[in-house]
Amino acid sequence: MGRNQRDPDRVVRGPGPKSRRQKDLAMPKNYDITEEQEPNKKISSRAKVRAKKRDLKKQLLTSLVEAKAEKKEADKIEEEDEIKEEETLQLLSDDDSDDMPDDEFDLDDDDDHVEAEIRDRVIGEMRGEDHEDDSSDDEGEDGELPIERKTKQVLQKRSQLSKDCNDNSAQNLRSHAYLFDKRAVKENNIQTNIAETETFVLPSGQEIEKENTLLFKNHIHQRIKDVVAVLSDFGNKRDPERTRKDYVNVLRKDLCTYYSYNDFLLSKFMDMFPLTELIAFLEANEVNRPITIRTNTLKTKRRDLAQALISRGVNLDPLAKWTKVGLVVYESPVPIGATPEYLAGHYMIQGASSFVPVMALAPQPGERVLDMCAAPGGKTTYIAQLMKNSGFIFVNDINKARLKAVVGNMHRMGVSNSVISNYDARSFPTIMGNFSRVLLDAPCSGTGVISKDPSVKTSKDDSDITKCSHLQKELILAAIDSCNAQAQNGGYIVYCTCSVMVEENEEVVNYALKKRNVKLVQTGLEFGVEGFCKYRQYRFHPSLKQTRRFYPHSHNMDGFFVAKFKKFSNKIPSSDDVKEKQEVKE
Amino acid sequence: MRPLTDEETKIMFEKLAKYIGEGIKDLIDRPDGVYCFRLHKERVYYVAEDIMLKATNVCRENLISLGVCFGKFTKTRKFRLHVTALDYLAPYSKYKVWVKPSAEQTFLYGNHIMKAGLGRITDNTPKYQGVVVYSMADVPLGFGVAAKSTAECRKSDPMTIIAFHQADVGEYLRNEDSLT
Repeated sequence: MGRNQRDPDRVVRGPGPKSRRQKDLAMPKNYDITEEQEPNKKISSRAKVRAKKRDLKKQLLTSLVEAKAEKKEADKIEEEDEIKEEETLQLLSDDDSDDMPDDEFDLDDDDDHVEAEIRDRVIGEMRGEDHEDDSSDDEGEDGELPIERKTKQVLQKRSQLSKDCNDNSAQNLRSHAYLFDKRAVKENNIQTNIAETETFVLPSGQEIEKENTLLFKNHIHQRIKDVVAVLSDFGNKRDPERTRKDYVNVLRKDLCTYYSYNDFLLSKFMDMFPLTELIAFLEANEVNRPITIRTNTLKTKRRDLAQALISRGVNLDPLAKWTKVGLVVYESPVPIGATPEYLAGHYMIQGASSFVPVMALAPQPGERVLDMCAAPGGKTTYIAQLMKNSGFIFVNDINKARLKAVVGNMHRMGVSNSVISNYDARSFPTIMGNFSRVLLDAPCSGTGVISKDPSVKTSKDDSDITKCSHLQKELILAAIDSCNAQAQNGGYIVYCTCSVMVEENEEVVNYALKKRNVKLVQTGLEFGVEGFCKYRQYRFHPSLKQTRRFYPHSHNMDGFFVAKFKKFSNKIPSSDDVKEKQEVKE
Repeated sequence: MRPLTDEETKIMFEKLAKYIGEGIKDLIDRPDGVYCFRLHKERVYYVAEDIMLKATNVCRENLISLGVCFGKFTKTRKFRLHVTALDYLAPYSKYKVWVKPSAEQTFLYGNHIMKAGLGRITDNTPKYQGVVVYSMADVPLGFGVAAKSTAECRKSDPMTIIAFHQADVGEYLRNEDSLT
């Protein structure tokens, strides 16, 4: 701003300082290319050694060429393969043949060496036809730089080679894509000549570390595929020198890098899922779940809502058979969270997985219901609409800031039978008890909703899971205690988490079964996977198969766990009672 | 949480009467139970009595909300209606204004209603009467005050303001924090 106003009357003269250009680079007049080519340097002792070596090699090669000239045409192909191989090795510039330190001079040496070798070959094979060309080029009369000459030579040689062995070189090139090291080069070359099938060679730990920084993602992806293929048919495809553990370790590391998980979380997942399902699970965590909305039956009907949204150009469909209020939104020209219908409280944006625990709770009109960890109020408003705004809902959350969203949502959806409080849910039966139904959507590590919050991938470790699990155990006892077993067609507690960890789900439920007079009942959901009764070192109560798990890859909803308890006695068993029970069992 | 004083009740009912007139009676004498107004942290909540009694268990600091919030008393002891009261104003409202679909958005962003966006208006609406604003699909969007009487509306040009904005449902997004 200040710049433009500096001097409005200033007369502009000339093109200005910015238009000045640097002159083109000009060669000095007395510049000689040959001088550049062979600088008059003092030759170092090392260079002398190398020169000696070079001479020796040259002699050896010429003798070889003489010997080979007598050989027949059939031998030629293999021989050329070797040349090709050596060349590619140098192109890859692996740390193979060089025992000397790499500096510029050294590299030049190598190039010279290759050049000499190539020239000799060509002499041998073409029987001196191209020889004169080469020698004339050496003088550099037509102004070519040495590098240009080199490329010419290489090209010449390539065309020559391709004439001789078309298919062979093609196979070689293809196999080069897989090469990691010199050894692999040789093996592959041999194998492609012999047979079509290749066995996958497992690299060692150090090599993997190096590669992770260098190689591309799709390379790792390829290796994941290969290892999975080996592991799925281990008897036939394995490398006999490697154990299954080696393969699994490599796979875990690769999955960690490819999907950017930390080691802890991925090994947990590996314990939980079979291999193919694991990959599907990780893939599903990379894509977002579809946007789903729930109709607020307190204010409108699903059909009316769908019509209103379609008239706004929203593309939607009924969510699934199991719900009468869900809609899935494919695409929308307007922000779906800011339409007049949304603001008027006709629907709520809510993941399909959040329907499930409320359907399991099945609150009836006129009951007393407690929602212990309510924010942001999606499930709570669903409870209210199932109760037809009658009865009483006690809504609680520990986080005051998040309760603002609850208040907004409750008012927007027109829920009037609620009391919203801000307590630590663990103190619950002392604040108020005697509820006929309790919903506990426990705070968790969030391993089921990685697609929503990818930071979970790296931020969780063993202590987080243990902390969550401990808090959940305290909460579930509080939830059970604030429920009344004698309530008319009540006494139900639903426990749910958005985690897939066994420590946060089955183990917590099993703990509650031990500590309180509750039993598990059917959740009333016809889909979902049964909970684990046995999992690694854990042995849970057999009724745990009545709990339900939901996975992103198989149900296209967030990872979720739902368990429904029926409380059959208000008596809290003391520790003595529990011991007696165990003795009786034994 | 306490019942409203006579003074407070008077102020609040005067305000409500601007929008729903005789409808206040229906709010208090309901066939489905006893309802009452309660003051908590300067906010007025309209709640069924049995729910209110249960909420007495919750201590003051931890009680965030109960029933439906109607509005709040300002520091000058005036009563200001919140958009959360819309559910109870809309069914009893006597004077209504409908906005065209094209003007819905501007109203929901907190702007007044222009003649150009006016779809319909209740006959013989007096000037400065409290009105409830509806969309053409009869969805309540907010409330305000009529800036012109119905007769004046007919004569006015498209850019004149017909109704002043007081509250709209867009506030659920815009100022979620100030709702409680």
